[in-house]
Amino acid sequence: MKKNAITLKLGNILVFIVMFTVFIIPFIYILLMASKTSQEAALLRFSLPEEFLFFSNMSEVIAFGEYRMIRALMNSTVLTVGSVILVIILSALFAFVAQRRNDKLATIMMAVLVAGLMIPPAVVPTVFLLRSLGIYKTLFGMIMIDAALFMPFAVVIFRTAMTAIPRDLDEASFMDGASPLRIFFSVILPLLKPAIVTVVVTTSVKIFNDFVGPLYFLPGAKNITAPLTLYSFISQFSTQWNLLFANVVVITIIPLVIFIFFQRQLVSGMMGGAVKG
Amino acid sequence: MSKKQSNKSLISSYPNWFYLPAIITFGIFFILPTISSFYYSLTRWTIFDATFIGFENYEAFLSDPMLSIGLKNTFIYAVLTSGLKTIIALPVAVLLTSGIRFKGFYRSVVFFPVLISTIAIGITFSMMMQPHTGLINVALSSIGLPMVDWLGNPSLALYSVVLVDVWQGLGIATVIYMGGILAIPQDYFDAVKLDGGFWIKFRHVIIPLVQNSTFTVIILSFIGGLRSFDLIWAMTGGGPGFASDVLTSIIYKQYQAGFYGLSTAGNVILFLMVTILVFPLKAYFDRKELDV
Repeated sequence: MKKNAITLKLGNILVFIVMFTVFIIPFIYILLMASKTSQEAALLRFSLPEEFLFFSNMSEVIAFGEYRMIRALMNSTVLTVGSVILVIILSALFAFVAQRRNDKLATIMMAVLVAGLMIPPAVVPTVFLLRSLGIYKTLFGMIMIDAALFMPFAVVIFRTAMTAIPRDLDEASFMDGASPLRIFFSVILPLLKPAIVTVVVTTSVKIFNDFVGPLYFLPGAKNITAPLTLYSFISQFSTQWNLLFANVVVITIIPLVIFIFFQRQLVSGMMGGAVKG
Repeated sequence: MSKKQSNKSLISSYPNWFYLPAIITFGIFFILPTISSFYYSLTRWTIFDATFIGFENYEAFLSDPMLSIGLKNTFIYAVLTSGLKTIIALPVAVLLTSGIRFKGFYRSVVFFPVLISTIAIGITFSMMMQPHTGLINVALSSIGLPMVDWLGNPSLALYSVVLVDVWQGLGIATVIYMGGILAIPQDYFDAVKLDGGFWIKFRHVIIPLVQNSTFTVIILSFIGGLRSFDLIWAMTGGGPGFASDVLTSIIYKQYQAGFYGLSTAGNVILFLMVTILVFPLKAYFDRKELDV
């Protein structure tokens, strides 16, 4: 019995050491680097900064290039909010009818959309499509692309969630003569809330951090988004690692806030989704 | 009879036009470019016009070593990242659903990298993997191990990126497995309690009963691996030379160089790879899926 307790304690310590080394040290390293002078950061050492410049580095990064960081964060926020709202409404409408009717057409519709989960988007033809529609290099164009790319995932989540909402609810409302749209917005959408949280968190973090999309479809200095600030930092300031890491910290704040805000619902929602398959 | 009839008329009160907003958006911005990519991949395509040239672009992909290495690397990358995530995430998930201390904290810690820009992670790890001054090599040499040129060695670079990909993606795989483990009814554990230690439980209860989660993890990470771009681009840019180029990085390079037809052919090849590898795998998994 005593031996067991010791093994357990040793096990606990071992797990802590492994977790700490593998998952926490990289983040401490980012924070240390972001707090140094550029000369000290160039040494790449894992050491306490001689001078603690964390906040001045952050503000330097934010002010850099006429506050383009502010512009990038705003662009990324507009892009994220716009696409997520579209994804949720369009996918929920779709999933609502697909799950309730569950006929041949519904099966075909689902199959078409779900193919989007696997097929890689065709980038150059999409660039030319946006060009010919006159929405290349616009946030609107990028929002439409993101909506199309993230709908398949949301439809799958919503369709699964719909199976848990009793049919009687909407059938009763139909009997009362409510219109389909009204039923959707006042009965179905509120009941989908847990699934909506899952979609909001996973999709918004992905879109906020998306690098490839803006790289192809949203070039140009005024269109800069959060991850692209890092990318241009590499080429312009290959030596100022302190600012580069401060930049990493700045653009991580928003996803972190989203996550902390929804953490509990997210993990249980994702695990619930996995259970239902 | 009358109930059936009323149900039928109720079904038709779910309007089909509810599909339209989603299907139109998806049709214009996803299906249309995908279909037109088949044609454009057969052309010499510039900003001005597209000339039909048959399968020349595809021939280039198969014969030019600079391009064909992308096929090989994409496959290696997808197999290794999804394999490693599947193997590592299960024991981690078992640990994080056990009675271990600080498990709430560990759950957040493992999931945290998922939230961070992949470009940021790529930059951080490429600093840590620097040949002489990088943190990982300093740590290795301090315990007497040789230093490794993680990203500078052409035969190693791709595998170094694979490790970082697994590090970042482990959180998702772990959460999926945790869902699977928590859904196992307690009776199954009770049944083996008498005659088994941990290993029996792991081997004969957990592994078979989380099979559906395993399938999900494999499929998701395999597709993710085939389509991966950010991390490779941030860490090696496909280099040294083109040693760690994958299809997506080649697609981007050819696009930048103005070879749109070639770039699109790369896209179609990626499409075919996903179709040929993932659809059969998914069909196989669907057949074997357990009804828990």
